Amino acid sequence: MTWQGLITMSLGAILIENFVLVRFLGICPFLGVSKKMDTAMGMGMAVIFVMTAASAATWAVDAYLLKPFGIEYMETVAFILVIAALVQIVEMFLQKAVPALYKALGIYLPLITTNCAVLGVAIINSDLGSGFLESVLFSFLSGVGFTFALLLFAAIRQRLEFAEYPDAFEGFPIALVTAGLLAMCFMGFSGLEIFP
Amino acid sequence: MVHYAVLALGGMGLVLGFLLSAAAKVFFVETDHRVEELEKALPGANCGGCGYAGCGSFAEALAAGTADAGGCTAGGSAVTEQLCAILGIELVKNTRLTALVRCSGGARARNKFAYQGIEDCHAAMRIAGGYKECPYGCIGLGTCMKSCPFSAISLVDGVAVVDHERCTGCQTCIASCPKNVIIPVPYYADVNVACSSRDRGGSLRRICDIGCLGCRICEKTCIHDAIHIVDNLAAIDFEKCTGCGDCAEKCPRKLIVDAKLDRGPRLMEG
Repeated sequence: MTWQGLITMSLGAILIENFVLVRFLGICPFLGVSKKMDTAMGMGMAVIFVMTAASAATWAVDAYLLKPFGIEYMETVAFILVIAALVQIVEMFLQKAVPALYKALGIYLPLITTNCAVLGVAIINSDLGSGFLESVLFSFLSGVGFTFALLLFAAIRQRLEFAEYPDAFEGFPIALVTAGLLAMCFMGFSGLEIFP
Repeated sequence: MVHYAVLALGGMGLVLGFLLSAAAKVFFVETDHRVEELEKALPGANCGGCGYAGCGSFAEALAAGTADAGGCTAGGSAVTEQLCAILGIELVKNTRLTALVRCSGGARARNKFAYQGIEDCHAAMRIAGGYKECPYGCIGLGTCMKSCPFSAISLVDGVAVVDHERCTGCQTCIASCPKNVIIPVPYYADVNVACSSRDRGGSLRRICDIGCLGCRICEKTCIHDAIHIVDNLAAIDFEKCTGCGDCAEKCPRKLIVDAKLDRGPRLMEG
């Protein structure tokens, strides 16, 4: 892959086709763990990690099991199965081998086993028919995009604590309004091109 | 075609299942089974009242023997009993605490100026120590209300009021209050002084319609020698107070709160 292609792919995954704000995948953690910057960071790291690992595993399942047998229509079920098992194994491995990392990722790791953003990236990769390296790279960058959006949103929500708004908007309503505005901002990136 | 799908998925499930069970054996980590039980017994509000980061780390400290089983103020005696049972230690009677806002001012306390800033007591404190004339009283912007993990605090006429039934005594609000107007008091104390002004009667009268003037009527009323005026403010000695409520009745400012009046006396547990 050329470096131009790499930059185009990063731009696409992080800004133009941002998982949360443009594709609307992974909204649950986006709203759930965005109250504080540090929890948002922990969640973001866990998502990057799981997305990258899951895309490698699902690529193998897709290429060596589903495609040869012509059962691509089972990909949703197969991917969920693989991702859930993978995350469980990785969690056990981390607890034994790298307890520090296990503690840091903590509760977030099992939380995202069946997250739609993780499943989404696997299905998008399979639909695009990308190669192994391409899939893994795209998944990693998508995870970075997710973390980026999550951190942006958490920073805004921390400031909202001290803003004055009508009582009826307290909590989730104001968060949803903010998320909508943020998504509209990201729409502005559509059509962005550096190497025409 | 269907065979392929069934076989492929079934096979995958089987292989992954074996892998998982093998991984559980290979990567087995010895954990104290009591930690889980302890965590289940705790309220799970992660209020931090025990001094640990959350219920999880408190449970770990309990299992390690570095924490006091009575540390969970939020759960009260019921939780302490369970914790003691799990840890196999003898129960020592726990004294339930509740938070008391020592101010009744609110709308009845004069303002120095009209405040139109951030709705937060700490922010208001930055401007001339708050917009209330009384330097001791509740600012009334509800920082404690927002901090309370159990929704036990509400604002009534511009002053914070604690719902003692909901309050678990976790003391989160006490740390959040910039005026230090909230203090922990025994839950079983029926009579409390809801003012913290140490100003003399004359100057206090000009800035607050309800604050304690230090008139000593309560001191003279009390037959148990339990209430005294210290620095122009009535203070109750909970060791001596029987909760008869005579002082609350006689107080000319009606700022001694007799909680019995609206709920009947609190009964000692256990």
